[in-house]
Amino acid sequence: MKKAQQKDNPEGELEKLGKDIVSQIKAMKNPEITIPVRALSNVEFNKKTKTLQLGNKEGKRSFFNVGHTKKFLQTVEVASISKNLLNEGKHASLRDVFYMAKRTIPGTKVNVVDEQVESDAVVEDLELISDLSREQLNINANKNGSVAGRVVIEDKGDTIDWSKLGSGGWSVPSNVEDITFKKVNAKYVLYMEKAAVWENLHEHKFWDQHNCIILSSQGQTTRGIRRLLQRLYQEHNLPIYVLADYDCYGFYIYSVIKFGSINLAHISEKMAIPGVKFLGITSSDIEKYDLKKHFIKLQEHDLKRLKQISEYTWFRDNKHWQTEFKRMKEYGSKAEIQALSSRGISFMNNVYLPEKIKNKDFLD
Amino acid sequence: MPAEKQITAEELAKGQREISISEFFVKNKHLLGFDNPRKALLTTIKEAVDNSLDACEEARIVPEILVEIKTISEDRFKVIVEDNGPGIVKEQIPNIFAKLLYGSKFHRLRCSRGQQGIGISASSMYGQLTTGKPSIIRSKANPKKKAHYFELNIDTKSNQPKILKDEEIDWPEKKTGTRVEIELAAKYQKGNQSVDQYLKQTAIVNPHLSLVYINPEGVKTDFPRATTELPKEPKEIKPHPYGVELGILIKMLHDTKSKTLHHFLQNDFCRVSAKVAKEICDKALLDSSARPERIATHEAENLYKAINQTKIMAPPTNCVTPIGEELIVKGLKKEVDAEFYTAVTRSPSVYRGNPFIVEAGLAYGGSLPSDELVKVYRFANRVPLLYQLSACATTKSIATTSWRNYGLSQSKGALPAGPVVILVHIASVWVPFTSESKEAIAHYPEIIKEIKLALQEVGRKLGSHIRKNVKAKQQKERANLFEKYIPEVSSSLSKLSGEKKYIIQECLEKKLKKELPILLGDINKKDEKGTTKG
Repeated sequence: MKKAQQKDNPEGELEKLGKDIVSQIKAMKNPEITIPVRALSNVEFNKKTKTLQLGNKEGKRSFFNVGHTKKFLQTVEVASISKNLLNEGKHASLRDVFYMAKRTIPGTKVNVVDEQVESDAVVEDLELISDLSREQLNINANKNGSVAGRVVIEDKGDTIDWSKLGSGGWSVPSNVEDITFKKVNAKYVLYMEKAAVWENLHEHKFWDQHNCIILSSQGQTTRGIRRLLQRLYQEHNLPIYVLADYDCYGFYIYSVIKFGSINLAHISEKMAIPGVKFLGITSSDIEKYDLKKHFIKLQEHDLKRLKQISEYTWFRDNKHWQTEFKRMKEYGSKAEIQALSSRGISFMNNVYLPEKIKNKDFLD
Repeated sequence: MPAEKQITAEELAKGQREISISEFFVKNKHLLGFDNPRKALLTTIKEAVDNSLDACEEARIVPEILVEIKTISEDRFKVIVEDNGPGIVKEQIPNIFAKLLYGSKFHRLRCSRGQQGIGISASSMYGQLTTGKPSIIRSKANPKKKAHYFELNIDTKSNQPKILKDEEIDWPEKKTGTRVEIELAAKYQKGNQSVDQYLKQTAIVNPHLSLVYINPEGVKTDFPRATTELPKEPKEIKPHPYGVELGILIKMLHDTKSKTLHHFLQNDFCRVSAKVAKEICDKALLDSSARPERIATHEAENLYKAINQTKIMAPPTNCVTPIGEELIVKGLKKEVDAEFYTAVTRSPSVYRGNPFIVEAGLAYGGSLPSDELVKVYRFANRVPLLYQLSACATTKSIATTSWRNYGLSQSKGALPAGPVVILVHIASVWVPFTSESKEAIAHYPEIIKEIKLALQEVGRKLGSHIRKNVKAKQQKERANLFEKYIPEVSSSLSKLSGEKKYIIQECLEKKLKKELPILLGDINKKDEKGTTKG
């Protein structure tokens, strides 16, 4: 965590992990691996840094425990895959790691991993166990997301101008540590959770008209994008505005970018951006722009999630957000960003966004 | 008024005449178990075997019975049943085999297989009506004398035996015994309600019986005995006042040898003391010294009511002879291939003044099919009941018992499913059947309650067996799991640490071998607390 960046011999770290387990085995002990617990119960909200941080709770994963055996195997398997990657100086995607680990255990019908979510979770565990980030483990996420704006960067020797990349924009890689910003000409960054909305704004060259950077991913914000946002925020002092659906998942996307996520609380420092603002859609937008007719009824699971979110420590003492949650409950409804399109296809570009940004009509 | 011709009583009388019992039989074959050719074959064998067993037990002879079915033509068979019983005295042979409603069992209350005395003579008549052939009987009652040989028909009008042949013959291979041969129109078919099934079940609940069966295909099956111990001799009891219906009470009043009502009550019933007899007479407002045959019908009715208002001690129960838990298990082991057997004999209980005992047995696992409903073997006084499964109190009791608690799956209100044979036996001086063909036990609440208690008891034993089994299986699976994972983990760890794979693997295997029981014990404990979830 804190030491993460300082570890300069990841391969040695992994080997040390292996040697430690082997010495337990040679001592005829039930071999176990210690892992900090990654769950809400072990996540603390640090009021000073305003980020989520992992607590001190630790779990043990031991081999001779029926409930752990498979996870134990997955952990050492993924660790050995990573060690091999480091040794050969190669990178693999999460999907690759999944296929490298996937095989049927002889004499059983059990696969080492059945679905990618399992190996993905183990990679996150391994980060905690080894104090190494995924990037240091030579494992990449799939790239996912587009960016456009008056920005020039250098990536692996190539100079890339974000304003000259046609209709697709620059697709954000999973690892943005090694790019350098040559020129950044923007007043703010607008991040949206929907690629369709991004495409619409890009088509109208919104970033050119309003001198900003527009950035999106599909659904949950990936690490690469979160890190890119953080670098723009930290290195170029650009305000970041989040445009998301008016629902719990939209709120949580904002929460993750701002405070860090429960799952990856161990790397909050490298990811969280406490200065992020929530642009919309807010309940006051609903009233102001008359979006009620595009309401979608809240389902059982929405209400459950709403209750959960409203109880998170980092939202609990925030008056504005509590009012927001309360209103949504009163409406019993949610709405999508695209509800704005009902007011005309360029309503968002020409009216909604400029008005919101001009009036600094944000939720914090 | 329509000009219709009036029919006089005299004219009606021309059409009225006595119906002979035999004619009644022809029209009501189904009442006695001769509904169809398949069932006729079973009923015939059943009556003959029941008689043989009853006779052997009464004479305290360990029974050896031969049953043979010979194919005469596609729809005609000859049934041969031969026993080593006490034999029958010459004079009685025609009556027993060729006169309906003749027998010793109807008039007494004791635990025996047959009850009505219709049985075997009905089979003779059925054979005679369908093939025209007489029944052939040979019987030897005295080892030093010759055997009697009879060929008999029934005069269907007068219900009297017609003796076609009456000879004395040598039968050297038998000390005593009886052999019956009846030819009849029938159908032989295997399956649930077959002769084969009947004999198999008979062998289960009569572990003292040695049976040889030769089927129509000539295949011989041996059912060896599991014990030479005969069932305890059942005691005969007098009827209990609560078990007597009004009509029978009137008949008893008429037939009694007692001179006074008081004596009648005290002598012709069980559990009636002088005090109780007086109490009944007082309640019925009848003079206790009145002559029983003079009691008028309405007075008998009062007497009947008075009996039911008086507190009378329950009947003695030592007259009912159960098979016993040990012998039920022996019987099941002999004929059912399973891995677990259990049985329970309940204490005697009483319904309507009749003592009865319920026993239940259960076999589980082995080669029994696990994806079907349980098999139910029902018995009344050691006689298998093969028909009318769904009408039987036994079935209702099984279906309304919750078997899920005992590890079987069960749809609501249905028989449970699983590799199980459930055996239920009811022994009583008078088993209440739903009909005269004696195929299903009537739904008396007292009987259902006892059956359910017996089932719950065997169910609990089954449940603990299944749980133990499941646990052992789980432990084995766990050990197996570790064994399978060890090479995988060793190989990954070897790559990770640089240590040689075989060294890691050997250590892990050693550890597993040494500490498996402890490891498993640990896991079990943790499982109970639910803390193994990683």
